[in-house]
Amino acid sequence: MSFDVSTLSARAIRDGIAARTFSAAEVVDATYARIDAVEGAVHAFNELTPELAREAAGRIDAMVAAGEPLPPLAGVPTGFKDNMNLVGTHTTCSSKILEGFKSPYDCTAVRRLLNAGALPIGKCNMDEFAFGSSTENSAFGPTHNPWDLERVPGGSSGGSAASVSAGMVAVSLGSDTGGSIRQPGALTGTVAMKPTYGRVSRYGVVAFASSLDQIGPFARSVEDAALVLNAISGHDDMDATSVREPVPDFTATLGDGVKGLRIGVVRDMLELEGCAAEVRSATEASVKLLEGLCAEVGDVDLPMSQHGLAAYYIIGPAEASSNLARFDGIRYGHRVAEPSDVLDLYMRSRAEGFGPESIRRIMLGTYALSAGYYDAYYGTAQKTRTLITREFEAAFERFDVLITPTSPTVAFKIGERAEDPLAMYLSDVYTIPLNLAGLPGVSIPCAKCGTSGLPIGVQVIGKHFDEATMLQVAAALEGALALDMTPPAFPLHRRSS
Amino acid sequence: MSISEADVRHVAILARLALSDEQVSRLKEEMNSILGHMDQMQSLDLEGVEPTSHSIPLRNATRPDVVKPGLSRDLALMNAPQAENGAFVIPRIVGVEEGA
Repeated sequence: MSFDVSTLSARAIRDGIAARTFSAAEVVDATYARIDAVEGAVHAFNELTPELAREAAGRIDAMVAAGEPLPPLAGVPTGFKDNMNLVGTHTTCSSKILEGFKSPYDCTAVRRLLNAGALPIGKCNMDEFAFGSSTENSAFGPTHNPWDLERVPGGSSGGSAASVSAGMVAVSLGSDTGGSIRQPGALTGTVAMKPTYGRVSRYGVVAFASSLDQIGPFARSVEDAALVLNAISGHDDMDATSVREPVPDFTATLGDGVKGLRIGVVRDMLELEGCAAEVRSATEASVKLLEGLCAEVGDVDLPMSQHGLAAYYIIGPAEASSNLARFDGIRYGHRVAEPSDVLDLYMRSRAEGFGPESIRRIMLGTYALSAGYYDAYYGTAQKTRTLITREFEAAFERFDVLITPTSPTVAFKIGERAEDPLAMYLSDVYTIPLNLAGLPGVSIPCAKCGTSGLPIGVQVIGKHFDEATMLQVAAALEGALALDMTPPAFPLHRRSS
Repeated sequence: MSISEADVRHVAILARLALSDEQVSRLKEEMNSILGHMDQMQSLDLEGVEPTSHSIPLRNATRPDVVKPGLSRDLALMNAPQAENGAFVIPRIVGVEEGA
């Protein structure tokens, strides 16, 4: 049976296995053949896990043979960001300090996806400890954008994004603290979503900023993203911040259209200096399409959100500096040889193990939390966070969803922003306010840039725990746009027939 | 607020990072530039605004207080740089001067 695994949706793969058109074992073989062909150029993975994938495929094929009903993601090739623990794999966070670290237990979201039948294909490259917007800050080398190998895939979940974009896996998981799922989604032309804070358990993902982190999916369609969200959502006893909200079937309302839905265009964000003209016009065109589908469209301003970046670069590093205190060279991770005493062991092990951006964030966070500066920085940032949340609440009294660009620019060149931390931080200006307010957001591809052909993403923002309406709007837009988001560097129709 | 090299060295000790002179001088520049940008928040009227530490209304999350299996000792020690007799090995902390 000839099939092209790099273009099939998660649903088509599962249904194909159920109909015995192909087996899960054949899906694994086709997946690693695809990886052999393109991974050398892309470098989306830190580790491949063919043995785990074959074991999982064997279980699916046994179910088919026994005539048992298949779970919703049976046989779907899946990538996991390398900050998520999975027994039998390493979890490195793309850091030298965790090189060789063996996962002692499973991350809940990963385990739930595997329980839904997904095949674990590998662990995806990322910015070290998720600090970055380009996947250049990886101790194991950068990931390349499948649309243009000289450009970044975005970050920090750049490997998860590139693996889906390049057709190496059908879906993947990333983590999003300030845009680390949605921004790489926009830059690689994939569907990428951050659920509401608390929707998905954070147990087993290496913490960056605990009040902002959330796990979510990458996929090549809104429906596949919804299928993954179905599998990973819900309360987990191992994470006290995961909520007991009911979990609907997020695929059930995808076809309901946008007629009568109130859609707010965040006007002042769209007009932000630094937003590329083609990004602005692509966003406007998406809004026009939704209007054509009988949505009620209006404008809203969110001036407080413009302070989101400032609040985020205090709160994020502050929480990160606390979370990263655990890397001390005692229980796990890099330890220097011949320390003179325990303080020397801590200080040199950490300085040798952490990369430059991690050191920068730890220093910023420690400073912001230190005696005398706590109120001026951390206190001010937390109050700003309150104002941003209130502003969203007011906007959601008038609108069901809000729309902004996902990233102010298309993918930039590798190295272009590496020496300028502030320019890099600006990549997340549209995504950060949602993390501060705990809101869900999804980026979907909405255009290809007229000059470069690179993907542009639009962000749909939902109310707390209303991912269903947000995905409904995203699905309607996806249907109306009907874009082919196959990267040109990777021709898909290679069938010999 | 301007950050001096002495401030950077002090924070580096708090953060348990052994930094080179070059790293210190570079971080001084970067931290001043980044935190200077963050100072824009000082223009906001935050009088009487409650700080947000958690974005979702969440009451105390409790569970029954029962003993459940945790990580085994072997798994907990699996990634230790140095372990012996079921324990982590660290440099001597007390009694170094006395040689006792």
